[in-house]
Amino acid sequence: MAEKILMKGNEALAEAAIRAGCRCFFGYPITPQTQVAEYMAKKLPKIGGVYLQSESEVSAINMVMGAVSTGARAMTSSSSPGISLKAEGISYIAGCDLPAVIVNMQRGGPGLGGIQPAQSDYYQATKGLAHGDFHLIVLAPCGVQEIVDLMGKAFDLADQYRMPVMILGDGMLGQMMEPITLPEPKEEDRSAKTWATSGTKGERKHNIVNSLYIQPDELERLVRERYERYAQIERDEVMCEEYMVDDADIVIAAYGASARIAKNAIAAARAEGIKVGLLRPITLWPFPKATFAKAAETAKAFLTVEMSMGQMVDDVKLAIECKRPVHFFGRTGGVVPTPAEILAEIKKIHGGDR
Amino acid sequence: MTNYNILIAGFGGQGIQFAGKLLTYIGMYTGLEVSLYPSYGPEMRGGTSNCGVNISDAPIASPLVVSPTELIVMNAPSLEKFEQATVAGGKIFYDSTFISETAGREDVTYFGIPVTKIAEENGIAKLANVIMCGKFLKETGLCDIETAAPIIKKLVPAKKPELYDLNMKALEMGFGL
Amino acid sequence: MAIVYKRPESLCDVDTHYCPGCTHGIVHRLVAEVIDELGIVGKTIGVAPVGCSVFAYNYFECDMIQAAHGRAPAVATGAKRANPDSVVFTYQGDGDLAAIGTAETVHAATRGENITIIFINNAIYGMTSGQMAPTTLPEQVTTTTPYGRDPKLAGYPIRMCEMLSTLSGTAYCERVSVDNVPNIMNAKKAIKKAFEKQLAGKGFSLVEVLSTCPTNWGMQPQEALEWLRANMMPYYPLGVYADRDDVFGA
Repeated sequence: MAEKILMKGNEALAEAAIRAGCRCFFGYPITPQTQVAEYMAKKLPKIGGVYLQSESEVSAINMVMGAVSTGARAMTSSSSPGISLKAEGISYIAGCDLPAVIVNMQRGGPGLGGIQPAQSDYYQATKGLAHGDFHLIVLAPCGVQEIVDLMGKAFDLADQYRMPVMILGDGMLGQMMEPITLPEPKEEDRSAKTWATSGTKGERKHNIVNSLYIQPDELERLVRERYERYAQIERDEVMCEEYMVDDADIVIAAYGASARIAKNAIAAARAEGIKVGLLRPITLWPFPKATFAKAAETAKAFLTVEMSMGQMVDDVKLAIECKRPVHFFGRTGGVVPTPAEILAEIKKIHGGDR
Repeated sequence: MTNYNILIAGFGGQGIQFAGKLLTYIGMYTGLEVSLYPSYGPEMRGGTSNCGVNISDAPIASPLVVSPTELIVMNAPSLEKFEQATVAGGKIFYDSTFISETAGREDVTYFGIPVTKIAEENGIAKLANVIMCGKFLKETGLCDIETAAPIIKKLVPAKKPELYDLNMKALEMGFGL
Repeated sequence: MAIVYKRPESLCDVDTHYCPGCTHGIVHRLVAEVIDELGIVGKTIGVAPVGCSVFAYNYFECDMIQAAHGRAPAVATGAKRANPDSVVFTYQGDGDLAAIGTAETVHAATRGENITIIFINNAIYGMTSGQMAPTTLPEQVTTTTPYGRDPKLAGYPIRMCEMLSTLSGTAYCERVSVDNVPNIMNAKKAIKKAFEKQLAGKGFSLVEVLSTCPTNWGMQPQEALEWLRANMMPYYPLGVYADRDDVFGA
């Protein structure tokens, strides 16, 4: 096995993307993810890749669209306010059935918000990033190694299903350093993308990348086809970590950095004899409904912990069909919850105060 | 069981992040689990700077250091901010060049070292942070100088080998205090 | 029997949706003829805008991408950067290029992005049926300037060639018209030169084509051409605004 190296989340993400064969990065600086762009700016030109700092987030995502239309592996990265600007382009990418990887290292909002870690773009990522009937696959890593592992996966999923994939992290994951092992580099392979607009070479009829369908019947048919693909993804691609759930009376639902913090609270609670477990969705869309439903058969209550005002709560309630109470604890605006705060919530639920 | 939750804080420019990286590397290369979470944002531009380092023989859950087992502070505002958060039985290392007074907690051990003054007197003004790391190694037993030496070598940029000697000098100086 | 006139190979054998008298058809043909003459259809990627020419992806035989409103230069940038050996052009109207996509246009130019833009300026929004465009003339009546465009309220029309010519990345920039045969011939020459600049890696090239919109101007095609000559040409003088070979050094 390769030697472990210490890397910052943002830089590890960039390196993992390069090793996944990504040779095109288009972006615009924004805290707390700018090191992704800086790393790409340093590395890509040396290996024949493209780094381009765009004039706006709007342009960056459209540059990605142009690059992926021709079959290239391309990505962009931003943080919350920047993702709002990319929304239009992501809708077009979805409507054109193009593979692309978009990273959101979330910060506090709304508006300019703050620059400290948050998870308040959950709704945006999983429910309604932009106009139209569409989904993105949303992957939520909880540490630097998982960022690396999911980056390669993101490109593969994007290509396999021809759709946008988002890595939904947060400022903490982007900034923290952890030891990691990196995968072997892969070459970019555009050959399978027969739909790509890379020039006909006089060998085929022209390819068209397009999301405009003026006839409602045709548009409906295409959207329905896309939803069949989504159904397949919901069957085949769900990922969720189950941690000490089997005997748990209380199951915490948390993703990303919040899940890391929740684990400290779980250790503390168990030391006091309170049986607490964790379900950590790794895919936020598709949401691990079945895993939650199964846990609801044995757990007495759920506690959703987020760095937001409770955007994942509804998904948990729906997944367990409201069979158990779903409590919520969150901090927002860039405030990170502490293990002690979570433990206090666990005790309230355990003691029947909630 | 090995478990260090270290909080390092001071002014921007005092090498807070480097000290965090140094201890994190030492943890990693001695076979332990580590995480390093730096503060980021405007405070890096001349204000206060801090970082949390976890070193453990078990996987690290939260990278946050809220209640440090070891606190390293290089200026008075940082001591004021984090002194009470330090766990009972914890160790507080502070730069007595800038800090003359502590709250005098009975349940923690204080190590007041004028590392900035010592660094200046020895012509390694920028390495007060590393002197403090040396003292940290000595008092916590995380590792000895012989173990640290090859790790420092990996940390120092290959283009500036002379920095290795200076860092080792500072680390040894702190270890000997 | 000798063939003296035929459909260019690069133009699809389909009916277009353009209104009678619209000059889009002429410009499409000129672009296709140039692509034919340069023998580049197999390595050309076209980018269609939002606006009347949105369906351009159905009309050119080369690979085509349909971009969001105003974003064609950014999409073209991505396509070109990922495929440096390809030839990439966008085909955009005035609303797309000079209003909602101004930032994309200006920055593609200043980067010296090695792409070619065909810019159709007909001083009105066609697809949405006759609203004010960024290039609508002072006093010109549209559905959203029903009393005539008043610069005090709606600002002045924007002259893109003049503005883009000031940017160091612009290798070639010319304003042409397709109101009569000599001007059409000249327009084709300009389009060819713009593509040649790209093929030679010289930087950003743009050809602005003064065009008519009889439907939304509320005129007969012939009247529309006369109106273009009488009103648009004085405000938007024809000519070469930039012709540089040294954008990236000699």
